[in-house]
Amino acid sequence: MTQRPDADATTAADSSTALAELQSAALAAVTAAADLAALDEVRVRYLGKSGQLTAQLKALGALPKDARPAAGQRINEAKRVVQEALEARRATLEEQRLAARLRDECIDVTLPGRGQPSGALHPVTRAMRRIERLFANAGFSIAEGPEVEDDYHNFEALNIPAHHPARAMHDTFYFPDGRLLRTHTSPVQIRVMETQPPPLRIIAPGRVYRCDSDLTHTPMFHQVEGFLVDREATFADLKGVLYDFLRHFFEQEDLKLRFRPSYFPFTEPSAEVDVQCVKCGGRGCRVCKQSGWLEVLGCGMIHPEVFRQVGIDDEQWLGYAFGMGVERLAMLRYGVDDLRLYFENDLRFLAQFA
Amino acid sequence: MRFSESWLHEWVNPPLAAQALCDQLSMAGLEVDALEAVAPAFSGVVIGAVETVEPHPDATKLRVCRVDVGDDEPLQIVCGAANVAAGQRVAVARVGAVLPGNFKIKKAKLRGVASQGMICSASELGLAETSEGIMVLPGDAPVGEDVRDWLALDDQAIELDLTPDRSDCLSLAGVAREVGVLNRLPVTEPAAKPVPPVHDERHSVQLDAPAACPRYLCRIVRALDPNAETPLWMTERLRRSGLRPISPVVDVTNYVLLELGQPLHGFDLARLEGAIQVRLSRSGERLALLNDEQVELDDDTLVIADDNGPLAMAGIMGGAASAVSETTQDVLLESAFFAPQAIAGRARRYGLHTDSSHRFERGVDPMLQQRAIERATALLCAIAGGQPGPVVEAVSEADLPQPVCLLLRRQRIQQVLGIAPDDAEVTDILGRLGMTLEPHAEGWQVSAPSQRFDIQREVDLIAEIGRIHGYDAIPVTHARSAAFTRAPREMAFDLDRARQTLVARGYSEAITYSFVSPEQNAWFDPSPTSAAPLTLANPLSAELSVMRGSLWPGLIQVMRQNLARQQPRVRLFETGLRFLGGAEALRQTPSLALVAVGPVVPEQWGQERRLTDFYDLKADLEAMLTQTGRLEALCLQAPTSDAEAHPALHPGQSAALRLGEQPIGWIGTLHPLLAQRLELPTAVQLCEIDLDALGLGERPAFEPLSRFPSIRRDLATLVPAELSFEQVRQTVTEAAGDLLKQLILFDQYQGEHIESGRKSLAFGLILQASSQTLVDAEVDAVVQRVIERLEQTLGARLRT
Repeated sequence: MTQRPDADATTAADSSTALAELQSAALAAVTAAADLAALDEVRVRYLGKSGQLTAQLKALGALPKDARPAAGQRINEAKRVVQEALEARRATLEEQRLAARLRDECIDVTLPGRGQPSGALHPVTRAMRRIERLFANAGFSIAEGPEVEDDYHNFEALNIPAHHPARAMHDTFYFPDGRLLRTHTSPVQIRVMETQPPPLRIIAPGRVYRCDSDLTHTPMFHQVEGFLVDREATFADLKGVLYDFLRHFFEQEDLKLRFRPSYFPFTEPSAEVDVQCVKCGGRGCRVCKQSGWLEVLGCGMIHPEVFRQVGIDDEQWLGYAFGMGVERLAMLRYGVDDLRLYFENDLRFLAQFA
Repeated sequence: MRFSESWLHEWVNPPLAAQALCDQLSMAGLEVDALEAVAPAFSGVVIGAVETVEPHPDATKLRVCRVDVGDDEPLQIVCGAANVAAGQRVAVARVGAVLPGNFKIKKAKLRGVASQGMICSASELGLAETSEGIMVLPGDAPVGEDVRDWLALDDQAIELDLTPDRSDCLSLAGVAREVGVLNRLPVTEPAAKPVPPVHDERHSVQLDAPAACPRYLCRIVRALDPNAETPLWMTERLRRSGLRPISPVVDVTNYVLLELGQPLHGFDLARLEGAIQVRLSRSGERLALLNDEQVELDDDTLVIADDNGPLAMAGIMGGAASAVSETTQDVLLESAFFAPQAIAGRARRYGLHTDSSHRFERGVDPMLQQRAIERATALLCAIAGGQPGPVVEAVSEADLPQPVCLLLRRQRIQQVLGIAPDDAEVTDILGRLGMTLEPHAEGWQVSAPSQRFDIQREVDLIAEIGRIHGYDAIPVTHARSAAFTRAPREMAFDLDRARQTLVARGYSEAITYSFVSPEQNAWFDPSPTSAAPLTLANPLSAELSVMRGSLWPGLIQVMRQNLARQQPRVRLFETGLRFLGGAEALRQTPSLALVAVGPVVPEQWGQERRLTDFYDLKADLEAMLTQTGRLEALCLQAPTSDAEAHPALHPGQSAALRLGEQPIGWIGTLHPLLAQRLELPTAVQLCEIDLDALGLGERPAFEPLSRFPSIRRDLATLVPAELSFEQVRQTVTEAAGDLLKQLILFDQYQGEHIESGRKSLAFGLILQASSQTLVDAEVDAVVQRVIERLEQTLGARLRT
């Protein structure tokens, strides 16, 4: 595109032809501007303080008075057209520049993220927290007790006197002074009832110990004990609580339960609770040893002798208690098939329960 | 308790298949542990009569037998057993028979002689673990009949895992009684007529410990045939109950034990000297037991003794010296009631557990002894001849368990069970269980039968009503909630939240045993000279014998195992009790510990590899303690002497932790020597805190946010190298006053370009006022104050 010398512009001020040429030259320059800097040069050249179209306006004074409005109008019109073209071109160029920038800044979003990956809770804790939360919803609060216990709280007060055959069911770890590692979480029942007046609604999770170690036994494991003492409490209510709990724990609304008469020295009547096998739905499989049922907890109405030991009047108060093994419930819930994995703490195992 | 279905059917025969019967028993509280075939599958085995036995022409150990199996022609069978003899009835596996293990019998030639089958031993039919020679059947066994049918081997053994309260079901009679109750069926007892004495010889009995043994019956049976053998029907029943046949006297006592639940004992009469004395042992007395063990008795064991000393541990095990042997002809049969409290725990004390002690410590029916001794006499005389004398009974009526009479209140049934059975159901259930009921204004007066040791209180009757009514028939109800639960304090340390914080910071939770090895425990003991650790009397192993004084040994062990399994980066935490103070002043302290080793983050494309160090762990600890609202009160105190240092930690990279004035634990790098000993990399970071010591946290208290801009001024200072940042921080904070909102240490440097003995600390001061925009003059004044104070009190210099 040829450029007109400035001298021509002033002398051709009265020429509409010249103005038209100037306008089209400006428009061509706008179109030709390859980037925003070039476009700005074009703007200065035509519309700047000493730009060519600006100069046309300045030259109006040289025209006869009556010709000035019409000429001015033409020049302003030309300026407007060029201005618009400039803005349109600027918008286009900016858009292109942004697009190019975005293209340049493109990253590989599939690269791994930076920073600390999450660890994991132990599956036993995970199951225990779930049990605690479900019972918290039913108004149970948490209590804890010592793991090094005395004979009284672990046995005597629970109606298991010395030499009671039930003691043979607890392979107990003893200390030389006669104290022991609690064999169940039931002593927490006694400790709470000794110190807090009824009504009570307590859940007691924790570590327990039995002197036994093989494929299906570890010398330490976890139990959750729960109990309620109130003016009214029946075996039917106990069933209600456990139905609610187990159905929610396994998230199976129609989960079938079976209450089998059993014996614990500290409850009467006593029951063991089986759930329909959560693996096979009761058809029989390896997990339930083809029986269709899984034993998951023990329960019963608190024995009058237990109330007597802690000084609660068993004519005024009734209560129920239940206890469950956390590892077992976690095994069923998460499909863990080897008890010993829980205490190996292999990170590859733990990571599965994040 | 193990018994076969066919035996039970002689007593009571409910219209139930074996599995249904087992389900019924389980649901009645007699849990069935196993239901198993009494014999493995086999076929084609018939009863044969051995007609002739000839030597094999070509083999000294083989015989050629002609055996009549009811066919037209007898079979020729080559047999290797030494005890085969003409005239015997035997089990013959015919050609085409299939024996256990899918062993097929074919026509064969043995050393050139054709054999048309095999004469079987008991073990070959799966009827014994081992056997010597072939199984010889009774002489009246019908030739040609299928052995399986004739021995009724299509039978199942039921194994009950009885709870300790149900001693009344430790016998066929007891199980049959229960099955009768459950199915509303009559129970037929085998006829047990008293056996009249044929002589008048009595053995005298002295009850020296009548509380422990209130009833003792005995009877002399003379002239037993020492060659008599226990009949097959009895040995089969014993076998199906898991007992091996031994000799007629032992087998009969075992049989009556299974049938009626009464343990019996037979003494060799010739070995007795003087009267039977039932007394407590004297400390130091010795007794050689039937199991070949010598025991030294304490002074609290009930024994059966004669003039020469203890003969047997009463109710637990007989003695070797007075035991019935192969040559015994005259026996003294014993049938006694030993009180449960006299037997309980004694067997275990001597490391023994027998069918007898199992029953006596749970309770044997005190009214059963007469019936049992008559039954045993009848069976024994039928098997081995013998001349019974009269039954001698020594009894202390006052010491026998007294029948209990209990008030059962109608209303109480409903209070406990949540159901209100009508009177007819209550009287029906209890009546079927053998209880007698008298009407009472509130309900009934109930007496339990003598075998029900478990019925001691009203609630035991209610439990029986629930059990027979069926637990499944009790409705599922939801009690109105009365109690308001005791919610935890808001600012109590929330362990669960701490766990979540740690998990979010890359830690995984471990659970390790609370007992550890004494050696490792000592390594991690913060004060090794303090009390000896709490040690188990009966640990599983020495490695698991001491209650942990720190969570670190367990976590370090897990760390080592994970490193060994090619996990380069291990971050673990555990919560649980520590056992401090030894046996004397035991404290069981809830604690939380962290261990970390390896790169801060997993190997990565976009982050420089850096090993976890002290400050990473410190940040993790702080993140976890933020919830207390008292982070500014957390103080790390580096040990200033060996005495203050933690022996498991690097003395120059560790600190005792305090929250305010309260010591809460330790943080630091594992001591290099210990790292070496444990074959661990050097930079293992450890932290352990005592959760109870954290106390209640500081509840958030809102402070209005300033609407005015903050101003930052940076200072670069040179301070003595040994100066801790904490000293600088305190000085700056004091000097700057309220306007200082934050102090940011953004650089620490020591080395080239810095004179020795000094280090460079560069920090930013963020200043802000709550009511106005700060002007330069105010800010300059603060900064000036800070500089002066640093120079004056810490000998710091501004870096230019």
